[in-house]
Amino acid sequence: MITERYFNAALLGGLALVAFWAYGADEPFTITLVTKVAILALAGVGLNIALGQGGLISLGHAVFFGIGGYAMGILASHAQSYQPLTLGPLVIEGTNSMPLIWLAAMVAAGLAALLIGLVSLRTSGVYFIMITLAFGQMFYYFSISWPAYGGEDGLSIYVRNSFPGVNTLDPIQFFFLCFMLLLLALLFHAMLVRAPFGLALNAARQSPERAQAVGLNPFRLRLAAFVISGVITGLAGALFADLNRFVSPTMFSWQLSGEIMVFIILGGTARLCGPVAGAAMFIALEHWLGGLSEYWHIYLGLLLLAVVLFAPGGLIGIITRRGAAHD
Amino acid sequence: MTEPVIETRGLCKRFGALEASRDVTLDLRAGEIHAVIGPNGAGKSTLISQICGVVKPDSGQVLLSGRDVTGWDVAARARTGIARTFQISALAMEDTVLQNALLGVFGASGWRLGLFRPALGYADLRDRALAALRRTGLAEHAAMRTGDLSHGQRRQLEIAIALTLAPKAFVMDEPMAGLGLEGSREITALLDGLRAEAPVLLVEHDMDAVFALADRISVLVYGAIIATGTVSEIRADPEVRAAYLGDAA
Repeated sequence: MITERYFNAALLGGLALVAFWAYGADEPFTITLVTKVAILALAGVGLNIALGQGGLISLGHAVFFGIGGYAMGILASHAQSYQPLTLGPLVIEGTNSMPLIWLAAMVAAGLAALLIGLVSLRTSGVYFIMITLAFGQMFYYFSISWPAYGGEDGLSIYVRNSFPGVNTLDPIQFFFLCFMLLLLALLFHAMLVRAPFGLALNAARQSPERAQAVGLNPFRLRLAAFVISGVITGLAGALFADLNRFVSPTMFSWQLSGEIMVFIILGGTARLCGPVAGAAMFIALEHWLGGLSEYWHIYLGLLLLAVVLFAPGGLIGIITRRGAAHD
Repeated sequence: MTEPVIETRGLCKRFGALEASRDVTLDLRAGEIHAVIGPNGAGKSTLISQICGVVKPDSGQVLLSGRDVTGWDVAARARTGIARTFQISALAMEDTVLQNALLGVFGASGWRLGLFRPALGYADLRDRALAALRRTGLAEHAAMRTGDLSHGQRRQLEIAIALTLAPKAFVMDEPMAGLGLEGSREITALLDGLRAEAPVLLVEHDMDAVFALADRISVLVYGAIIATGTVSEIRADPEVRAAYLGDAA
């Protein structure tokens, strides 16, 4: 039996090793694949805080992913064209600086999460799922019909944005930038679970009556978790756009919301590294099975079915021989 | 006379055709255990729900230390000093016993919920949680998963969490529900010592416990209080005997 801690170390170490190996073997495409894993896993870490700890089944997390993507696309395109962005009296210069873009992506995603959360967290269960899905579709169709930034065709950025001291055009360096952010997010999640906030959030999921009876407000706890969750997923969106140097409405699509949730379920709901294991599996399957058949989603569906029916603790649950982290 | 800790004035609550509370006026005074008894469906749980803020009365008021809290929500009343226990244990079953007790300490103190420092790292607060567990005989089970506790231990944990709130009043909904003789005796001894800290409003079906503990008893029948008095007054009341106690008293 392997403890979860060792498995997590092996998983994260393995991800870095694959990147190193690909660098040595001069396989830039493989580096791109593991970078994609790290970025999608980061998006999953965001959702895992809302879903795993808060019990909030959000089918609209692509909203935050897409907002992060468009924050990058919009700022970088204005830097590309040397045209400042005018919002009424506000004039914003475009930028190529990743830290600034990340900040903008996180603030914008956090604000969106606050507004969406204020409305949708008044509902629960199926209604919450449907309302988050509805918000997702709103953003999706808005991005399609908004011509200023490419509309349906999306928006290309010709040069990857810059980070001080890092050559972001070098795949391995960009991978480590993304990987570090993933580690930071995981560290933050691990601390949050043990901190009083995590204790209260977990209790509010398990027994809202109990949380209220000790003077805690479940709505506010969930709202805070939802905002934190949106901020992290928004950051992942900005990185994803930078990886592809391209933003399009598909980043807002409900399929993407579903995929982020699939990472978590495959890896193990509420497990710290569940989204990492899930995203790695998803990308590996997409790559290998996708090479065999363009209908690879059928096999993914079967796998997901098997996990939900026979291994509710996901991959991490199987390997550490423990059941679901919670019901 | 000093001001009552909890007071209800003319509470009325209807659920469709059912009158769950009819002009319920009662008070809980410092230092006492005030038991509310009555047959099933008499409106005892609805009364507790209105006092704790889960259910809003159609008319009437709830006062806490003289302050009208009728419009307040559950969490605000809990922070102001009402500690309730549930008839059916409401606990975070996946968390440890200590984490459940800590929840009370963090919740009631209006503590800003930190994001970084571990909950177990707040030594003074952890000590408060452990002290509550010790008093309820759960200290040695502190690291146990709450879902693995026996039914009786869960009842004790309910009381331990209430203790961590250091409340102005305890409101207990059938703390002895489902307990055997031994378990009831332990809880009875625990509650007996509690009234010195804060008064207890006790809803309970176990008449032995009620008669052993209560300073005053109110009898609720069809949503209305038909009598309030000391144990001997209630035992002697012909109306109460007819409506509820029967030959048991």
